[in-house]
Amino acid sequence: MSEEIKSVLGETREFVTIMVGAQLCGIDVLKVRDVLRPQKITKVPLASREVAGLLNLRGRIVTAINLRGRLGLDFDKSGGEGMSVVIERRGELYSLAVDSVGEVLRLSSDAFERNPATLDPVWRQYSQGVYRLKEGLLVVLDDDSLLDYGGKAAA
Amino acid sequence: MDDLLSEFLTETNEAIDSLDVELVRLEQEPNDPELLGSIFRLVHTIKGTCGFLGLPRLESVAHAGENVLGKFREGELPVTPQAVTLILESMDAIKALMGALAETEAEPAGDDSDLIARLNAMANGETAAPSASTAVSPSAEESEESEDASMATIAAADDVEDIAAVPSDEPLINRLGGISAIDAAIEILYRKVLADPEIAAFCEDADPILLQGRQFEYFVALLGGEDNYKPDDNLAHQPLALLPLSDEQFEKVQGYLAGALGELEIAPEAIDEVVAAYRGERDKVVKAEADKEAAARAALAKEDGKAEETKKNDTPLVQSIRVNVDLLENLMTMVSELVLSRNQLLQMVRKYEDSEFTTPLQRLSLITTDLQEGVMKTRMQQIGSAWSKLPRIIRDLSIDLNKKIELEMIGADTELDRQVLEMIKDPLTHMVRNSGDHGIEGPADRLAVGKPEHGTITLNAFHEGGHIIIEITDDGRGINLEKVTEKAIANGLATAEEIETMSSKQICQFIFKAGFSTAEKVTNVSGRGVGMDVVRTNIEKIGGHVELQSEPGQGSKFIVKIPLTLAIVSALIVESGGERFAIPQLSVNELVRVSEESEHRIESVNGTPVLRLRDRLLPLVSLNELMQLESPTQEFPDDTAKVGDDAKHEDETFIVVCHAGGSSYGIIVDQVFESEEIVVKPVTPVLREIAVFSGNTILGDGSVIMILDPNGIADSFGESMEAAGETQDDAAQRAREKAAAERTAILIFRADSEEPRAVPLALVARLEEIDVDTIEETDGVLVVQYRGRLMPLIKVSDRFKRAEEGRQHVVVFSEGDRSMGLMVDEIVDIVEDRLDVELASAKTGVLGTAVIAGNATEIIDTGYYLERVFGDWFRNHGGSVTGGTVNQNSRVLLVDDSPFFRNLLTPLLSVAGYDVTAVDGGQSALTLRDSGEQFDVIVSDIEMPGMNGFEFAQRVREQGGWKNTPLLALSSFSSRADLERGRDVGFHDYIVKLDRDALLESLSQTLTNLRGAA
Repeated sequence: MSEEIKSVLGETREFVTIMVGAQLCGIDVLKVRDVLRPQKITKVPLASREVAGLLNLRGRIVTAINLRGRLGLDFDKSGGEGMSVVIERRGELYSLAVDSVGEVLRLSSDAFERNPATLDPVWRQYSQGVYRLKEGLLVVLDDDSLLDYGGKAAA
Repeated sequence: MDDLLSEFLTETNEAIDSLDVELVRLEQEPNDPELLGSIFRLVHTIKGTCGFLGLPRLESVAHAGENVLGKFREGELPVTPQAVTLILESMDAIKALMGALAETEAEPAGDDSDLIARLNAMANGETAAPSASTAVSPSAEESEESEDASMATIAAADDVEDIAAVPSDEPLINRLGGISAIDAAIEILYRKVLADPEIAAFCEDADPILLQGRQFEYFVALLGGEDNYKPDDNLAHQPLALLPLSDEQFEKVQGYLAGALGELEIAPEAIDEVVAAYRGERDKVVKAEADKEAAARAALAKEDGKAEETKKNDTPLVQSIRVNVDLLENLMTMVSELVLSRNQLLQMVRKYEDSEFTTPLQRLSLITTDLQEGVMKTRMQQIGSAWSKLPRIIRDLSIDLNKKIELEMIGADTELDRQVLEMIKDPLTHMVRNSGDHGIEGPADRLAVGKPEHGTITLNAFHEGGHIIIEITDDGRGINLEKVTEKAIANGLATAEEIETMSSKQICQFIFKAGFSTAEKVTNVSGRGVGMDVVRTNIEKIGGHVELQSEPGQGSKFIVKIPLTLAIVSALIVESGGERFAIPQLSVNELVRVSEESEHRIESVNGTPVLRLRDRLLPLVSLNELMQLESPTQEFPDDTAKVGDDAKHEDETFIVVCHAGGSSYGIIVDQVFESEEIVVKPVTPVLREIAVFSGNTILGDGSVIMILDPNGIADSFGESMEAAGETQDDAAQRAREKAAAERTAILIFRADSEEPRAVPLALVARLEEIDVDTIEETDGVLVVQYRGRLMPLIKVSDRFKRAEEGRQHVVVFSEGDRSMGLMVDEIVDIVEDRLDVELASAKTGVLGTAVIAGNATEIIDTGYYLERVFGDWFRNHGGSVTGGTVNQNSRVLLVDDSPFFRNLLTPLLSVAGYDVTAVDGGQSALTLRDSGEQFDVIVSDIEMPGMNGFEFAQRVREQGGWKNTPLLALSSFSSRADLERGRDVGFHDYIVKLDRDALLESLSQTLTNLRGAA
C-alpha cells in the first residue's frame, strides 16, 4: 500500500534491473544484499524444480532459486551468465538465479502502472506493477510473495 | 524497556515460579518453618520491589498475600488447601499483571479488590469471603492489635482536623500521606544523614540509591504493615537501624527523621508515632542482633566451617551474573562458526606434511575445543527448571479432578542444553498432565483395587551414554489396550487382523499417532486436541525418542531419550548419486560394507533390497532411489576427499544401519567418508516440507550439505515396514525381558561348526562319551546300546561328521525311560547366564541366537530333535513315550507369552502324546474358551504381560466351560506365597519352569486323578 501512496506522491524508487528470459524485471535495490557470480551449488534432492540448491555465502546458507522456474518460464534455456541476486526475507537469504543483471535504475512513480488485467496469474502474483521505460517495460518483482513458499504451502 | 523494570520482571517471574513449587510443598509440609520463612521472604521481596518501582496494584496484591503468609508463619492460621489456593490465585494475579507490565510497561487498569478482600478475610481467619467486610481494612485491624497501646491512644486522642478526617485506626502510612510522602521523607532523611559525616561513614560502602530504596521499603512496611513485620527478615533492608550505630548516633538519626517529616509538614502527632515506631524497631533490632551474635558466636565455637557458611549466606556475594539468552545464542553461533573454520584450516594444513602452521594450529584447535565446551556449559541448565511448573500443575489437577496425586522428582539437577530444555518442556508437561488425568485413578477406585489412595507420578532424569533419559512413571490404571485397539481400528490405523498379531507394547504406541485420545470426556486438562502425536513429533524433532510401557492396572511409563545438545553434532558424511549427505551419528548403529566377494551382500525380496545381518533381515532403502538421484556412474569426477578410493570396487556399496522410529533399517549409499562435527542449521522454509532432511550445514571444505533425518526416512518408507521391524524388535525385546529375570544354567557345546551352541541344562539328562565302535546303524538311524536299551543318536545337522575313532561326545536327553543322544564335537562349558534369545532363526533345530558368556550362541531346539527322533521312532515302533495310555489324545492348553517356551514345550508335550494348543496369553486363552474349545488340562505361565497367570486362573474359575478343568502353573519363581496364591486362585500344581520331568509327571498325575475321579 505504502508503495502506491508513495507513487501517488511522485516519489522515485531505485531498482536493480535483471533479465528473466526476455523480460526486464526490477527488484527494489534496498532488498538486494549481493550480486553473485556463478557459485558452487549443492543440489537438494526432492525439492521442487525451481529450487536450484544451496550455497555458502560467507558462512551463511543461501537458498538458490531459479527465477525462470519460479516465474513459470522454460528451465532449459536459462544459460545466461549464471548471475544471481541475493535478497533477504525474514532472516533467510535467497539467491535468485537470473539470466543477467543490469544497472540500477532510479524510476519515477509517474511511469508506474498497476499490473495489466490480462497478465498471466503467476506473474500477477509476483509482480507489484510495471514501469514504462523508453526501452521497454520493467516488471517490479515482489520479493515477499516471490519467496513465500510457506504461504503457498498453507494455501 | 527500562532496565530496572525488565530486571524486576525477570526476577519476579523467577521468584513466582519458585513460589509455585514452594507453596505446593508447603501444603504438604505445613509445619516446616524454614519453608514458610522462605516463601514469606519471596513474597515480601516481590512486594518490596513493587513498592520501590511504584506499582501500586502489584504491591497491594502482594501485600495482601503476605498478610496471609504472615498469619501462617505465626501459626495463627492453619495451612489449608483453600488458603494455599488463594495464595496461588494471588500469584496468578501477579503473573497476569506482570504479563501486562511486560507488554505495556505500565500496570493495567483494573481492580483486585475482590481478591484482596478474600485474602484479607483469610488473614482474619474467615473462610468465607464477604466482600463487604473490607470496610475496615484488616491490616489496620491487625496493626492495632499488635501496636503498642500508647500509639493507639495517641491516635484516638487526636483532635487535629486533617487527621480526624481519617478513621483513627487507619494505618499510619495513610495518615502520613501515603507512599509518596515516605519516599520524600526518606529522600530528605538521606540528605541529612549523608551530610552528617559521623553517620555517613556507616553508609560509605553502600550504594546510596539502593540504601535509600531499602530504607524506603523498610519504612513503608514499618508504618503500613507492622502486624506481620519481622525485624530479622529485614536486617539487610534497614541499614540505619542495623548498622552498629551507637545509641547517640541513633538518636541523631531519629532526630533527622523527625526533621524530615517536619519539613513535609506532617502533623506532629504522626511524627511522634513514626519516631516511636522507629525507636521500637531499633530496640527490637538491637536485641535481635545481640541474640543473633550470641548464637553466631556459639555456632562459631561449635563448628567453624558452618559459621563460615552462615556468613556466606548472609552476604550473598554475587557469583553469577545475568546474561541475556540472545547473547549466549550468539556466542554459541560464533563458536560454532569458529569450530567450522578450525576444521577447515585443519583440513587444509593436513595436506602439508610439515608446515609451520601445524603447531599453532594444534593450539588453536585445542583452545577452540575448550571454548566450545565452555560456551556449551553456559547453555546448560538443570532440567529441574523445566519441571518447576509441574508441582503446581499436578496440584491443580488433583483438585480439579478430585484425585490424590503426588509428584516425585528425581534427578532435577541433571543438566542439558537450554535449547533442548525449551523443546522438551511442553512435551514433558503434557505427558505429566496425561499421566495425572488419564493414568491415575480417583481415590475410591484406587482403594478398590488395593492401591494406596495417593497416586504417584515419578519423574526421573539421568544421563546415559551421551543422552538424557527422562522417565515419567505413574502407578495408575495403565493403558486400556482394548480401548486403544478399538480406537486404532476406528481410526483406520490398523485392521483387527493386524492388531491380533501385535504385542501390547506395540498397541501402546498407537497413542502416539495423530488424533488419538482415549479420554472419554474431554477435560480441561488433556484431550484438547494436542495429542501425544505432538509430543512424539516434538521429541523426535530434536533427535529424541519416546516410548511407552504400560502394565494394565499397574501404571504406565513414558521413556524419553533426548540428546544432550543440538548445537553441534557428530555426523557421518556419505555420498550417493554424486551428492553428499550427512547422517547424525546418534542414529547410526553400524556400517556394513557390501560387495560381491564380501560376507554380506544385498539380496532382494520381490525387488525390495534386504540384508542378512546376524541372522536377521534388515530392510534396506537405497538413498539413490529415495532421493531420486541417478545411479552412480563412473562419470563422476573422483573427489580427492574420498577415502580408500583406490581400493574401491565397482560393485562395492555401503550400508549405514540406522535406528529410528522404533525400527532398524539400512541405508544403501555409494560411499562413506569420515565423520565430521557439524553445526546443524535449520533448513530454509522452502525446503521444510521435505521430511527426509532435518537440517543443513556447511562442511569444513565450505560446501553446503543436507543432513538426513533418519526418522523422516523411516516414515517415508511406510508404516508397514516400521511395524514389521517393531514386531521383530518387540518379540526379541520381550524374550529378553522375560529372560532377564531368569538365570538359567546352560550347557555350551560345539558341533559341526566353530560357533558355540547351547541348550538349557535342565533339559539335559547326562553327558556321555561313547566309544565309536559301539555305535551301530539300524533302520537308517544311528543307535548305541545304552543302559540296556537302544539309544538313538542324532546329528545336529546333516553337515555334522561324527568321530571316526576314539570316543564320541554325546548329550543325552531323556524322555520317560527312553533316551536320545545328540552327538557333539566338544562340551565347552556349563554357565549360569541369562537366556537372551533372539528369535530370529529360521534354521531348523535352532530356537534362536543368544549372547551367552559374551558369545553369540545358537540355542538348540531340543523339542525339534525329540520330535524328529521319537516322533519317527515311536510312530515306527507303535510305542508310546511314557508307556501309559492316559496321555493319549489328552488335550493340553499351554498359555505362555514367551515364544521361546511355547516353542520349547509344545513339541516336548506333543512327543509325550499330548494334543497341545499353545496361546500367547490369558486373553487369547479366554477367547478360545468362549468359542467353546475344551481341554483336559491347562498349563499356564504366571508372569505374563497383560493378564498374569493368577488373574487368568481366577477368570477361568469364575465362569465358563473351563470351571473344572485342572490348571497347572508354570513359573520360574516359586516362593511359598506364590504357591499359596496359586492354590487360592485354583491352580492344582505349581511347577518350576524347565523342570520337564516334573511337568510331565504332574500332567500325568493330574490326568490320572481326573480320570479316576470321573
